[in-house]
Amino acid sequence: MPELNEHLFRSEWGRLLAALTRIFGVHNLALAEDVLQDAFCRALEVWKVRGVPENPSAWLMATAKNRALDVVRRERKARTFAPEMGRLLETEWTLAALIDEAFAAETISDEQLRMMFSCCHPRLPEEAQLALILSILCGFSAKEIASAFLTGRAAIEKRILRGKKLLASSKTLFDLGDAGFAQRLSTVRHALYLLFNEGYHGASAKSAVRVELCAEALRLTALLRKHPPAATPTTNALAALMCLHAARLPARTDSAGELSALVDQDRSRWDARLLSEGLALFERSAAGEEVSAYHLEAGIAVVHASARSLDETDWAAIVSLYDRLMDMAPSPVVALNRAIAVAQRDGAERGLEELYAIADRDRLSDYPFYPAALGELELRRGHRPSARKHFQTALRVARNGMERRFFERRLRSCGSDA
Amino acid sequence: MSEFVYLFRSSESQQREFMGNPERAQQSMQVWLAWMRGLEEKGHLKNPGQPLGHTGKVVRGKEKAVTDGPYIEVKDLVAGFIIVEARDLAQAAELAKGCPMLEGGGTVEVRPVDEAVLGLNRKLDPERAARWRGARPE
Repeated sequence: MPELNEHLFRSEWGRLLAALTRIFGVHNLALAEDVLQDAFCRALEVWKVRGVPENPSAWLMATAKNRALDVVRRERKARTFAPEMGRLLETEWTLAALIDEAFAAETISDEQLRMMFSCCHPRLPEEAQLALILSILCGFSAKEIASAFLTGRAAIEKRILRGKKLLASSKTLFDLGDAGFAQRLSTVRHALYLLFNEGYHGASAKSAVRVELCAEALRLTALLRKHPPAATPTTNALAALMCLHAARLPARTDSAGELSALVDQDRSRWDARLLSEGLALFERSAAGEEVSAYHLEAGIAVVHASARSLDETDWAAIVSLYDRLMDMAPSPVVALNRAIAVAQRDGAERGLEELYAIADRDRLSDYPFYPAALGELELRRGHRPSARKHFQTALRVARNGMERRFFERRLRSCGSDA
Repeated sequence: MSEFVYLFRSSESQQREFMGNPERAQQSMQVWLAWMRGLEEKGHLKNPGQPLGHTGKVVRGKEKAVTDGPYIEVKDLVAGFIIVEARDLAQAAELAKGCPMLEGGGTVEVRPVDEAVLGLNRKLDPERAARWRGARPE
């Protein structure tokens, strides 16, 4: 009997929900969710008795299709469904064909894309956009989203509910042929970038959760790239950036599951397939005149990826890329990373000067890696007491056990006070 | 604009040919959908009608004799109907030429809704007339 993939339901959720929403219309999103939930329950009931079928995905799709047929037949007088369907759901002449069409692979891709664009509605705050994407397109539960963002479950539920209400109040999903496509595309890219970062740098202690966030961001970006008008050089740069960073994920924790700094990372554990995919995407992102912040960040990742060790890294190139990034999209975190690169190029003293010169460094007061960087550089130039002080600060604002243990280890390497 | 009923007729063997195996049925459904969608998009589909099952009973004459099956003559089975809105009978006939059922040897009977009867009904009872026009079939 085939094993049931742990994430089967979650990975099918986004695809099947997109198909159902195509039929029922986005104003019936709640109905679509109920129908899908119900289809999953029915499938499970059968599987419990008869075992998991050869192709569970196909089974789930067939169940969802049948449920959709039932619901349309039962409710077509009482409800209006998707306006795109016109009157063709009203008749048996075309009902089955429309439902088959909605579940065709190509339609599902398009509808997921429209859903993604709809979730990035300009009236929704960024964190609500991310929660919606995770809930609707990735099948994450409110509990899982809360654990990824270190937010209370009730707050996430509220956020999702509000977002879904806004979605349901629009007549149709975002039209990919709309004049505002380019502008919305840039919002979508930003949301996917944040989603990836939440996985890569985020606060959640569970590395499994974070790897999944990165994987979902990669999957949705790939979906974006499959749609030619969305596959611009900037989108390719974003995809390159994600691949190159994701390639480093396996090495970010050591064999004991503890956080590992770039210095200590075993580069042989970087994912070769993702690296080469990232490099290929980066090359494609160079087509045309566009240079976005994603291009610069991907460029930095390329320099890291092409170095055999930390010492052989072209730090001058990295600093100059950070300089351009500071011009284009200045932020205290970018400034922090730039300062670390300067320290690698010119030594700890220069790095410290840069760190203290960060204009809005008070915005980093809750970010443990700022005091940690100060500590690292103080330690490097031999100022142990000062280094200790900074690592203690880092320890105080650490966001999870993994970070705490990491800073404790750094603190121990400063030696004792005496 | 006037309304026309399209009555689709085909034989059972033609229908089998049309929907014979899953692959064939899938294709047939797709061409049928494309044709209906075309009518809908151009505003010709007044009422999407329904297909009719192959079985049924026939009640005949004063004796109200009930026999099985729609017809003995299976070569002339009414497969279903839709109501189309067109300028005139000529346009309605022209539109019917696109019907995929013709490819399988079926026929489309194009019949104007009788405006005289409709007008009379409307005068008598607007609600009933609206129903008669097929605007909202029960």
